[in-house]
Amino acid sequence: MTIQESKYAIEAHGMSVFYGAFRAVKGVTLGIEKNRITALIGPSGCGKSTVLRSFNRMNDLIAGARTEGEVLYRGQNLYAPDVDAVQVRRNIGMVFQKPNPFPKSIYDNIAYGPRINGWRGSKSELDELVERALRDAALWDEVKDDLKKSGLAISGGQQQRLCIARALAVEPEVILMDEPCSALDPISTLKIEELMFELRQNYTICIVTHNMQQASRASDYTAFFLMDRQDRAGQLIEYGSTDQIFQSPRDNRTEQYISGRFG
Amino acid sequence: MIPSSSTGRLPQGREVNANVARRQRYGKAWEYLLLTSTLLGLVVLVLLIFNIVNDAFGAIATQSSVEVESLTGGRDLEELSQAELIAILEAELRSRVLRNLEREQPLVEREQANLIDLINTEIVKPEIVAIYPLNRFLFERSAIEAQLAAEFPRAELSFKSWLSGNFITNPMSSDPLKAGVRTAILGSLWLLSLTILIAFPLGIGAAIYLEEYKNEKPFDERSSLGKRANALITRAAGLIETNIYNLSGVPSIIYGILGLAIFVRALETITSGSIFGGSDTTANGRTILSAALTMTLLILPVVIISSQEAIRAVPSSLRQASYGLGATKWQTIWNIVLPNAMPGILTGTILAVSRAIGETAPLIVIGASTFIVTDPEGLFSKFTVLPIQIYNWTSRPQEEFRAIAAAAIMVLLTILVTLNATAIILRNYLRSKRVG
Amino acid sequence: MTDQVTVSSATQPRRAISAKIVQLQRRPRIGETIIQVVLFFCGFVSIFTTIGIVYVLFQESLSFFADPEVSLSEFFTKTVWQPQIGEFGILPLVNATLLTSFIAMLVALPLGIGMAIYLSEYASLRLRSTLKPIIELLAGIPTVVYGYFALTFVTPALRDLFGRDTVSIYNNLSAGLVVGILITPMIATLSEDALSAVPSSLRQASFGLGATRWETAIHIVVPAALSGIIAAAIIAMSRAVGETMVVALAAGASPNFTWNPFQPAETMTGHIARISGGDLSYGSIDYRSIFAIGLVLFFVTLILNIASRQIVRRFREVYE
Ligand SMILES: Nc1ncnc2c1ncn2[C@@H]1O[C@H](COP(=O)(O)OP(=O)(O)OP(=O)(O)O)[C@@H](O)[C@H]1O
Ligand SMILES: [Mg+2]
Repeated sequence: MTIQESKYAIEAHGMSVFYGAFRAVKGVTLGIEKNRITALIGPSGCGKSTVLRSFNRMNDLIAGARTEGEVLYRGQNLYAPDVDAVQVRRNIGMVFQKPNPFPKSIYDNIAYGPRINGWRGSKSELDELVERALRDAALWDEVKDDLKKSGLAISGGQQQRLCIARALAVEPEVILMDEPCSALDPISTLKIEELMFELRQNYTICIVTHNMQQASRASDYTAFFLMDRQDRAGQLIEYGSTDQIFQSPRDNRTEQYISGRFG
Repeated sequence: MIPSSSTGRLPQGREVNANVARRQRYGKAWEYLLLTSTLLGLVVLVLLIFNIVNDAFGAIATQSSVEVESLTGGRDLEELSQAELIAILEAELRSRVLRNLEREQPLVEREQANLIDLINTEIVKPEIVAIYPLNRFLFERSAIEAQLAAEFPRAELSFKSWLSGNFITNPMSSDPLKAGVRTAILGSLWLLSLTILIAFPLGIGAAIYLEEYKNEKPFDERSSLGKRANALITRAAGLIETNIYNLSGVPSIIYGILGLAIFVRALETITSGSIFGGSDTTANGRTILSAALTMTLLILPVVIISSQEAIRAVPSSLRQASYGLGATKWQTIWNIVLPNAMPGILTGTILAVSRAIGETAPLIVIGASTFIVTDPEGLFSKFTVLPIQIYNWTSRPQEEFRAIAAAAIMVLLTILVTLNATAIILRNYLRSKRVG
Repeated sequence: MTDQVTVSSATQPRRAISAKIVQLQRRPRIGETIIQVVLFFCGFVSIFTTIGIVYVLFQESLSFFADPEVSLSEFFTKTVWQPQIGEFGILPLVNATLLTSFIAMLVALPLGIGMAIYLSEYASLRLRSTLKPIIELLAGIPTVVYGYFALTFVTPALRDLFGRDTVSIYNNLSAGLVVGILITPMIATLSEDALSAVPSSLRQASFGLGATRWETAIHIVVPAALSGIIAAAIIAMSRAVGETMVVALAAGASPNFTWNPFQPAETMTGHIARISGGDLSYGSIDYRSIFAIGLVLFFVTLILNIASRQIVRRFREVYE
């Protein structure tokens, strides 16, 4: 690789996303730093999910969705014509708002990714991989006795950790999380936050959250989005270290939002 | 809705109670009327089944041209020795008939059972003089017997189940007592399996395309040619969808006409198997293969529509999860979408197939045989199926044929019930196997 | 999984991510492309079917009308269909089809809609779950069985009722009644779908004003579902027009221009079935005539289907 190592895992440059004729997000320029947790915050409908999905081309699955501008990953534009969305998602994984385990056993849920990605190795090696993923997702101790159990037959918080484990099993570099805790109770939420902190050593994480406390306690950087009054397109208002955003926001719209005055 | 009186006020006080009570009574009356119409469906079902059972079982009155007792001096045929049986045959049969029998196999070499058979068919010749449905046999026994005694004094009344082991294993015959549905059952099973084999992959394939690939743009959007090609494909997909809905409403007999013109005639060299070398040349393309292809086209819209519904019911969050892990489209479809949609697909498909197994009209048109005695052997055999036999027998005026038609209906309904039960069991099994 | 694996891999150093070679370039997935093409053609079979039907019907009809014995105008105006003497007027066949379908609708509309209203507005959950399978069972019985029922049960009953001299052995009334029974489940299930799709907030609003169950059903729910019910009726009508086995068995085997339901008269479908059931020689005028009749049948049912679909579409738009 000749491209010099950047400190960002993902960089968006002047990115706009359209749903049909409607521009949902405009002119976003943002870097997601490696081995850090970046939180995207903002009022509902401002395009956080849209931005997140455009980082691993999940928007391709929506008919009529289109992205303009550049999203760089390892120096390559994800939206260059010769880039393959499947390859992208292989490297940039995703965890969704609602836990969505497959209706398979816990084991098969995790083995699914390695299998479809052409896992080469013995059964016991796959077992090891599954265990490692479950341990990394802090779920191992709770499910190790019954890996044959349905992925749907565990609690919501466990399901979400299962989904995280599932994403880890394909060894992505970046993990995108769209409100991963919004369907969970406070204890489960806390567990996932601790988990993210652990994962930070090895992964880059970008998380969308509506929970200000979560953003402030669990992220390193924060990006604040807001919908433009005129054309209703979301835009990036302010980006900085989480401490800076929450303690001395530069934009007064950011301050209003984090202090709960609108949104 | 609330009646207003001429002075323009709502009912007051006592009036309210009366008004409400009256409206409630009115509503109740309608409720019973509606219930009646619903129960009428039940009544029809009961009548239909009663009618069939009543005809498939009953009684026959047989009369022999010669009484067995007069031949044997009061003993049963089974009690007689071989020599005595031969003596009876030699005494009663004309010499020419005897000579023919001897030529086939000398009488002395024949088994006892065979000799008894010969006496029954050649000398005793029992003949049905009257048949009665089950209800008359059970409840009007004495009237029947009186009538018989007057008209056919020598006739014997006995219970008859037209549905019997022999009926199922015998091939077609022009004698209703000997006729069976073996050929038709085999024909139906051949047709059924072949239709499933063709329609299942085709139908699911089309459904997958319409649900998962319709919006895909396979060609490069940047070149104008690719753009045009993509637009064309999108248009085609839309066309396919409306077309399928319209096809599902085309009467089945039209499919028969299509099958006759295309599969039986135009593609005769293929469907008769002559292109592949030797085959049953008398079939002329009126083969199992032609029938299965016609049936495939007939049930395809139903298979596609129900498979589409099943595929659509798979939550998109599962697809997203799979894509998020770097799965390709086909990997997602094969590993996630299809397994989850399969119970629904199977139910819909089996329902469609059970429609095919009861279909008659298109098979009449493409020329299913009404009278064959040889079992179907392969794709290029002539064939008959149960509904065709039922149609054929029902359309004959003799009551015996009506009776075996009823028996054949019972066989057909049994197959249908089995098929549907299989569908339900299979669906439940697949649902339970998919943990969760 | 084994429990022996005790080393926590989470604490082991993972292979450095930056060392991973990342290849994002699209590589050709031949398999995926082939699959997509194959699936597309699976769908395209339906287009071929339609083209086949239209082509075959037109092609053979053209040669039918090209025959000097046949004239297009007489085909649609003459009331005699007797191929032996060269008379090809389709009206008697159309007439019988209309008569049986009309009788069928007379039976099926009140019955089917009555069932639908009862099931969606009155029946308890338990009653509903027993009645619906019965209706579906009725829908699943092969039509040839209904034909048998018509000929061996309904016709004798009618003859006992109205006299053997008035009612012939083959007659349109028996066929029509049984076709009516046959399409009732269709009307019932489709209408029930339409009725159940009416939002329950409408019902609650009506109950809240003191309406009875019946008043709510008839003034609120049925009007709201009316287009769905009409669509169901039209599609059932199309089914009645195209129904073959019942009329082939019970309605009679000779074209007969009559409106008397006690008389035998052959329908379009019945005629096609009878003619092609015999030993047809390809290219004969009889053979071609079934295509001309088929063409008429095809267009009638197609128009009914399109009309029904159009109505359903409108109906959907109202609710979204
Ligand atoms: N599939 C879609 N098709 C069309 N428009 C969409 C689609 N998804 C989102 N939008 C629109 O794009 C805009 C941004 O949506 P997005 O889901 O990104 O918001 P969000 O910030 O994630 O909101 P929330 O916090 O409620 O999840 C909204 O106006 C939404 O209506
Ligand atoms: Mg969102």
